[in-house]
Amino acid sequence: MTELVTAEWWSFFFRWLHIIAGVMWIGHLWYFNFTQAPTMPKIPAELKPAIGKYILPEALFWFRWGAMATIVTGLIEAGFLKLYPSVIWLGIGAGTPRITFISFGMWLGLIMWANVWFIIWPNQKKNMGLVEVTPEQKAKAARIAGLTSRVNTMLSIPMLYCMASVHQYM
Amino acid sequence: MTKILDSLKLTILAGVVLTVVVILVAHAISGA
Repeated sequence: MTELVTAEWWSFFFRWLHIIAGVMWIGHLWYFNFTQAPTMPKIPAELKPAIGKYILPEALFWFRWGAMATIVTGLIEAGFLKLYPSVIWLGIGAGTPRITFISFGMWLGLIMWANVWFIIWPNQKKNMGLVEVTPEQKAKAARIAGLTSRVNTMLSIPMLYCMASVHQYM
Repeated sequence: MTKILDSLKLTILAGVVLTVVVILVAHAISGA
């Protein structure tokens, strides 16, 4: 039981939380891009409101808070792993690719988190009618949210490589 | 750029290309 209070155990605990939150976040990101968006044009018009009114708000809730939990637990875990401050400047000259790779992963994750909270979510609020806008503004907001979601899908590929590579360069 | 992002396949391909770029840059700047 005493091992529960060691720094190593808490480091593992936050890594575990980080992975759970990350699966929640990226799982929903990929659901939007691999499943929902490509299927929407095939759904009959009378059924589409079920997606927009019921599934989308719920999925966006777990998506954005999954992103928040991933970043918070990741930043805490970086402290346990003693990655500060070199992780901030990409581990340039650190002498090991390990810190540089995890730095790239961290910065890609931070960019993706900012995209979620400062671009995708504000525009989805307009798209879902939580913020009153004109039909033109609603269409524009949906387009911006969709494109930003695609950017995050693209960034998720190198981000996950960098995260997984930590053990490659021990 | 939007042409790439409008296609899921091209988005994934761009992600793979970006991964290769990140690998090369990370090795170059780490000083290992």
